Amino acid sequence: MSSVAAFSKASPFDALQRWLPKLVLAPSMFIVLVGFYGYILWTFVLSFTNSTFLPTYKWVGLAQYARLFDNDRWWVASKNLAVFGGMFIAITLVIGVTLAVFLDQRIRREGFIRTIYLYPMALSMIVTGTAWKWLLNPGMGLDKLLRDWGWEGFRLDWLIDPDRVVYCLVIAAVWQASGFIMAMFLAGLRGVDQSIIRAAQIDGASLPRIYWKVVLPSLRPVFFSAVMILAHIAIKSFDLVAAMTAGGPGYSSDLPAMFMYSFTFSRGQMGVGSASAILMLGAILAIIVPYLYSELRAKRND
Amino acid sequence: MTSLAGKSAISLSRIAIYAVLIFAVLLYLVPLVVMLLTSFKTPEDISTGNLLSWPAVVTGIGWVKAWATVDGYFWNSIKITVPAVLVSTAIGALNGYVLSMWRFRGSQLFFGLLLFGCFLPFQTVLLPASFTLGKMGLASTTTGLVFVHIVYGLAFTTLFFRNYYVSIPDALVKAARLDGAGFFTIFRMIILPMSTPIIMVCLIWQFTQIWNDFLFGVVFSSGDSQPITVALNNLVNTSTGVKEYNVDMAAAMIAGLPTLLVYVVAGKYFVRGLTAGAVKG
Repeated sequence: MSSVAAFSKASPFDALQRWLPKLVLAPSMFIVLVGFYGYILWTFVLSFTNSTFLPTYKWVGLAQYARLFDNDRWWVASKNLAVFGGMFIAITLVIGVTLAVFLDQRIRREGFIRTIYLYPMALSMIVTGTAWKWLLNPGMGLDKLLRDWGWEGFRLDWLIDPDRVVYCLVIAAVWQASGFIMAMFLAGLRGVDQSIIRAAQIDGASLPRIYWKVVLPSLRPVFFSAVMILAHIAIKSFDLVAAMTAGGPGYSSDLPAMFMYSFTFSRGQMGVGSASAILMLGAILAIIVPYLYSELRAKRND
Repeated sequence: MTSLAGKSAISLSRIAIYAVLIFAVLLYLVPLVVMLLTSFKTPEDISTGNLLSWPAVVTGIGWVKAWATVDGYFWNSIKITVPAVLVSTAIGALNGYVLSMWRFRGSQLFFGLLLFGCFLPFQTVLLPASFTLGKMGLASTTTGLVFVHIVYGLAFTTLFFRNYYVSIPDALVKAARLDGAGFFTIFRMIILPMSTPIIMVCLIWQFTQIWNDFLFGVVFSSGDSQPITVALNNLVNTSTGVKEYNVDMAAAMIAGLPTLLVYVVAGKYFVRGLTAGAVKG
């Protein structure tokens, strides 16, 4: 605020200077208003029409939402999201925190190890999905490897098992994201005051106990951010499903993002697809709004 | 490292820590190793051996075939990524500059609206965006994808620069203004020279995001204009013909190499971007 040139005399140069910031920002403001909020509104409107392959603007009220809720595939996708999201977030957090805490113990070659943990994050989910599809290939992947290595009874055919295929998505997603969560927590741990740890050690507390009782609780904000980010990744997960299972077998590994894509763009049910997109937005909002609210409040209190 | 009395217990736990860390290193590396090994095998070798068996004959045929299939799409990805990264970074820098040093009534509100864009599920804008691209005559073109990536990359690029510039002291800019320097002069002479780290972060973040994008690619392009991620997915998930896993893996490596390379060369900025974009977003 303080940098606004409030008292400048209205010479043409000053006037231009006063308008320049607004002019520079104007295209982006236009883009955001139209391309973000206008388009959301547009999709919202479409979800109340009977659009199929092409948009039509015949109002049908909540009919598309009713069709969505009647659709077994939508419920499978939603249930999968709950299972996938829950497991993905929990396992990624546990692995990420564990590796971060271990790496924080003055480890030799820490930089190298960190680099290895984090490289999956540089890859596209399509590449990750392709790799894990091959690794989990029943008959040729890990399935065969462990039998070749002498574990005779080993079977791993989750990729073609409708009840277990979601776990395959979890494995690949955890592999991709856990290094990143490790990096977040490692950054957090580096910010923890070392004197607290030393004081607790003098009091005779063991190191694991100190981490459990003192250090990790102090990283609450990091936990909070990590859960937000992981939930966000989970809800948006589309490419991983496309590459690994394409939603199959049948539609047993569908996620809402995949559902939306296939109804909107392959099956010509734009109305239902838009309704599902709006519900996805609702899910994101339910997670993000409290987060942004607390973030902004925290900043204001600084 | 500490007292002698606790030494044996400590070294035991340190061995355990190292064991876990090294085991994890191996686990993280397995997919990459498997991809590389498989890509250099012959199809017969793949069906007789296993994931981690050494190739009976090391052959580059998988890579040759993969490149022949995806090379056009690889260039598409470059044609999409390079302009989109440069333009969205440039706009982000200017936006961040205004939002931190030339605030005006409503600019904070705009920033809030923009922030939400970092979390926007793109499914809610796909249809209107595709109608718009159609109207502009850009449907199924790489130019169309450049536009889309610029628009939906703005939230993050602006956020990066804004958060970076907020920490630059106001006095610097004020002094320059008293000397009569204008909006762009200050940006060019004072702000830009200080911006190298955040420009690197932003470029790398955008490069990774856009190169790895699949959703926009699959929705807004078709046939000859598809990016490499879409081409890879098509290759891997075709149900016709005999599966050539060596070709699949080589193609996956080709699609992953540019971002991996960036990560290895500029890992510091990559990590900083990830945490900045994530924690603050």
